[in-house]
Amino acid sequence: MDQGFFLLFASASVVTALTLVLARNPVHSALALMACFLQISAIFVLLEAPLLAVIQIFVYVGAIMVLFLFVIMMIDVREAVLQRFLPGSNLPVLVLLIVLGAEMLVLVLRSGRFSAAEPVTTRTGGEVRQLSTTLFADYLLPFEVASIILLAALVGAIVLARKEPA
Amino acid sequence: MVPLWWYIVLGVVLFVIGAAGVLLRRNILVVLMSLELLLNSVNINFIAFGHYYDDYRGQIFAIFVIAITAAEVAVALGILVALARNKATLKVDEVSMMKG
Repeated sequence: MDQGFFLLFASASVVTALTLVLARNPVHSALALMACFLQISAIFVLLEAPLLAVIQIFVYVGAIMVLFLFVIMMIDVREAVLQRFLPGSNLPVLVLLIVLGAEMLVLVLRSGRFSAAEPVTTRTGGEVRQLSTTLFADYLLPFEVASIILLAALVGAIVLARKEPA
Repeated sequence: MVPLWWYIVLGVVLFVIGAAGVLLRRNILVVLMSLELLLNSVNINFIAFGHYYDDYRGQIFAIFVIAITAAEVAVALGILVALARNKATLKVDEVSMMKG
């Protein structure tokens, strides 16, 4: 049952990711990425991380992808649709990607470290409560640093996108 | 149950697809979206390991990755809007204003 759902969501996410890379039109890429994020959040649900699944949908699908579509709307993408898809002389890149993927797959499949079939479960409900206790007790300082980074990014984005004073 | 390495293999596949998007495509918007895909595939790994070894640190690290990703996208799209205003191009090869 779990395996069937996993295969369904995983194949859908791989197909949508390929659509993202191969689509000519950036709008199609953005929609494919949105679908891919939805599949990944379903995989988070399978991993018993419902909070992360909800955050994934809120932040990625709700905020980031809307921002992307907004910027695509602002910018003229007609030229981008017409440009040639893959420029020449990308053989080294393809070789690098194949070597990278083969290396990671070999390392994962041949190692016994990733063969755990059953998760170690000691938790009995109240996962979000425990998660937030850990986050706000042990990881309070990184949390505050992340909020300062978000503030800096907010101010930086406003300054960057502002029109130059004449 | 699904064995752990299935999730890891899914992360690897998505990572390679995202890296292909970053390295092969010339459109800045698609490159940025592929970066999102890369970060998401890493998040899958974090949460899978956290689930299988019963550790909350995987989920906490994934939350931080999502927060930093949001900041990165905001700044990157700000730069993109400024770029599109000054130079009418979306190809990464033609953005060489800072090249000495």
